[in-house]
Amino acid sequence: MAVKQKTVAESHAITGNEAVAYAMRQINPDVVAAYPITPATEIVQIFSNYHADGLVDTEMVLVESEHSAMSATIGASAAGSRAMTATSSQGLLLMHEMLYVASGTRTPIVMPVVNRAVSAPLNIHCDHSDTMGSRDSGWIQLYGENAQEGYDNLIQSIRIAEHPDVMLPVMTMTDGFITSHGMENVFLLEDEEVQAFIGGFKAAYPLLDTDNPVTFGPVDFTDYYFEHRRQVFEAMVNAKQVILDVAKEYERLTGRSYGFFETYRLDDAEMAIVVLSSAAGTTRFVVDQLRKQGMKVGMLKLRVFRPFPATELVEALKHVGAIAIMDRADSLSGEGGPVGAELRAAFYNEEKRPKAVNYIYGLGGRDVTIHHIESVYKDLANILETGVVGPTVRHLGVRE
Amino acid sequence: MSAGEKVITNPVKANAGWKELPIGGIIPQGGTARGFFTGGWRSLTPVWDAEKCISCLQCWIFCPDMAIQVEGGKMVGIDLDYCKGCGICAAACPPRTAAIKMVNEGA
Amino acid sequence: MVAPLKQLSLRPDRLTSGHRACAGCGFPIALKMVLMSTEDPVVVANATGCAEVCTSIFPYTAWDVPWIHSAFENAAATISGVEAAYQSLKRQGKIASDKTIRFVAFGGDGGTYDIGFQSLSGAMERGHNMLYVCYDNGAYMNTGIQRSSATPYGASTSTSPAGKVRQGKVQYRKDLAAIMAAHNIPYVAQASIHNHRDLMNKAQKGLETDGPAFLNVLAPCRLGWGFDPKNILDICKLAVDSTFWTLFEVEDGKWKLSYKPRNKVQVTEFLKTQSRFKHLFKKGNEELLEQIQADIDAKWEELLERCGANA
Repeated sequence: MAVKQKTVAESHAITGNEAVAYAMRQINPDVVAAYPITPATEIVQIFSNYHADGLVDTEMVLVESEHSAMSATIGASAAGSRAMTATSSQGLLLMHEMLYVASGTRTPIVMPVVNRAVSAPLNIHCDHSDTMGSRDSGWIQLYGENAQEGYDNLIQSIRIAEHPDVMLPVMTMTDGFITSHGMENVFLLEDEEVQAFIGGFKAAYPLLDTDNPVTFGPVDFTDYYFEHRRQVFEAMVNAKQVILDVAKEYERLTGRSYGFFETYRLDDAEMAIVVLSSAAGTTRFVVDQLRKQGMKVGMLKLRVFRPFPATELVEALKHVGAIAIMDRADSLSGEGGPVGAELRAAFYNEEKRPKAVNYIYGLGGRDVTIHHIESVYKDLANILETGVVGPTVRHLGVRE
Repeated sequence: MSAGEKVITNPVKANAGWKELPIGGIIPQGGTARGFFTGGWRSLTPVWDAEKCISCLQCWIFCPDMAIQVEGGKMVGIDLDYCKGCGICAAACPPRTAAIKMVNEGA
Repeated sequence: MVAPLKQLSLRPDRLTSGHRACAGCGFPIALKMVLMSTEDPVVVANATGCAEVCTSIFPYTAWDVPWIHSAFENAAATISGVEAAYQSLKRQGKIASDKTIRFVAFGGDGGTYDIGFQSLSGAMERGHNMLYVCYDNGAYMNTGIQRSSATPYGASTSTSPAGKVRQGKVQYRKDLAAIMAAHNIPYVAQASIHNHRDLMNKAQKGLETDGPAFLNVLAPCRLGWGFDPKNILDICKLAVDSTFWTLFEVEDGKWKLSYKPRNKVQVTEFLKTQSRFKHLFKKGNEELLEQIQADIDAKWEELLERCGANA
């Protein structure tokens, strides 16, 4: 039962960071601990204005580093409060140690991350190297194409993180500057709708319940560590159903539908691009253009990278002749990027699988143009025509 | 009371599988270490003379293992389930009282 | 002022038996005294280190108060998050307005002077209602006695060993209490485990102070220092009587001496009780001992001046 899709007149022209900060205000977390970093700074800056105007109940902890931001957020979450932070790039890297502690301690923290390249050389523009570097930290990862998705993913993340079957932290991504600072029409929920959707947070073992003392973060020897890690694996698997259930409920509220990924003209496609985040917009446009020329092209935009929806991706792509997997990060294995590696691995036991090439693109904010995407589809057409895959790792838009 | 006679509850079942363990490594109850007896580490044993003891509680305040038993403000004994035999209690006992002596367990 | 021992003994242990610190370890003495000094409920954060490892081996916890360990360098940041949650929930009426919880962080000198220094400085500057307690044993004992910035000059550690051409650590200790005092927080103090009344009074003050407080406690490590554990209290006493370790308070910026030895003993009396200083007594190292004495004398004079206690 879908609700009536709102008209553009009912939308608000805001930036990605504004949309994310607005969602944070509506979530009204008990604690926000954060440290400035371009291009995520604005999120906390805008939130600080809400705080200064008394629009939130939040206690702000304006820490001296991202490491302390994540540490304080973990402390606040273990205390029994709903706790959030936000970051980018080097900030996420400085948090890296604590990301594992957050997931291992099962604190359901939600953190918007604005994707930015990592040093060196220093670069403040978009790529996905920062969050792809966190992919094994036990955090759920949701990538958003635009401000609307940044807003919607953040609200849904509260429910996903705090679900008793999950109890894992979630990071929701938007592309640095492209989305974070770009102005778009965004449909916003009413505050009461958000509050009703997310509900209250009740921790099972809050530290602040001093009558029932609990120990968080003990030492495990060889006798218990493996069992505790096995639990995290299970939680990540459980997250798949929870992500879908929460999305369904969110769709009933907003009319906007979400899943592990979005497919575009994929059903009868012979060639497809698999892409994350803002580059999907460009790809969608190119798909329409090439379809007009009679090329059977399609797109799959991955939203959920952790947990990795391998079975569902195989199901969605197995009929395609050739796919180009786009990575806005290089795992520097010499064999391409993380999405490329994992998607190809998902097909390993399949009899029927598309030919696949992996493109590293857009590093350090390098523009991804219509021509670039067209050239990728042309490469795929050539592979289909000749049956020769050629180089499996390619760099798109880099000068030779 | 000797080691093993105490009943110390622990909500975590020993060697529980991953499905049974509380998540996140949480120990959902305080003070479960009381179920871990460190008395076996001891090579020197404190011997307490109740007659000499003036219950000044110097041994109690300094014992790193909370092994000095005090009831109603009076020293009543030493819990050898936990005492590691460091000898701090004997050293802290006022010299003129000297109510605790360390003896070699092997001897 | 904390209650007399007889009254304190009626309170339940907040740090319990069954922890796995070495026999005669200093830190459990420091920690139990701190926790004993208040009857208010407390929540503890612990930096990685001996105190954390020995007290929380799953599924055995020696903590009968809510306790969290998250990493090495961030006990101050972690407890600041817990305290922030308390402030937030209390303001929202989700915690009873008449309930007062105290917040404590424990860290060794490695987790406090060195790797946790930034996190500590940040938490102090932000003004959280918390007490940070450093149990200072002057090296990274948990990893096997490596030098820290709290290791005294001349001490032999596994990374500043006394050898043929080097005689232990060649730098002096960082004056952390003074650095904390420079944060202009309401309460800073130094204590030693051998003087329990002084330590507990300071801990109580720190805990019940409105705002951040820092307490540095001398808590010897028998293995790292090399002494018979039964001598721990005597060694601490020699540390303060030689003014190797000083007892003082800085309350709202005012320095106050807590203890002035009637007869200041030579630092060698303290040094010779521990094998980590053994090499300093070899022939040819007389100058080093003189240097150490001169440094301690100068620092003592400086402290007396700060405290206005020059007689």
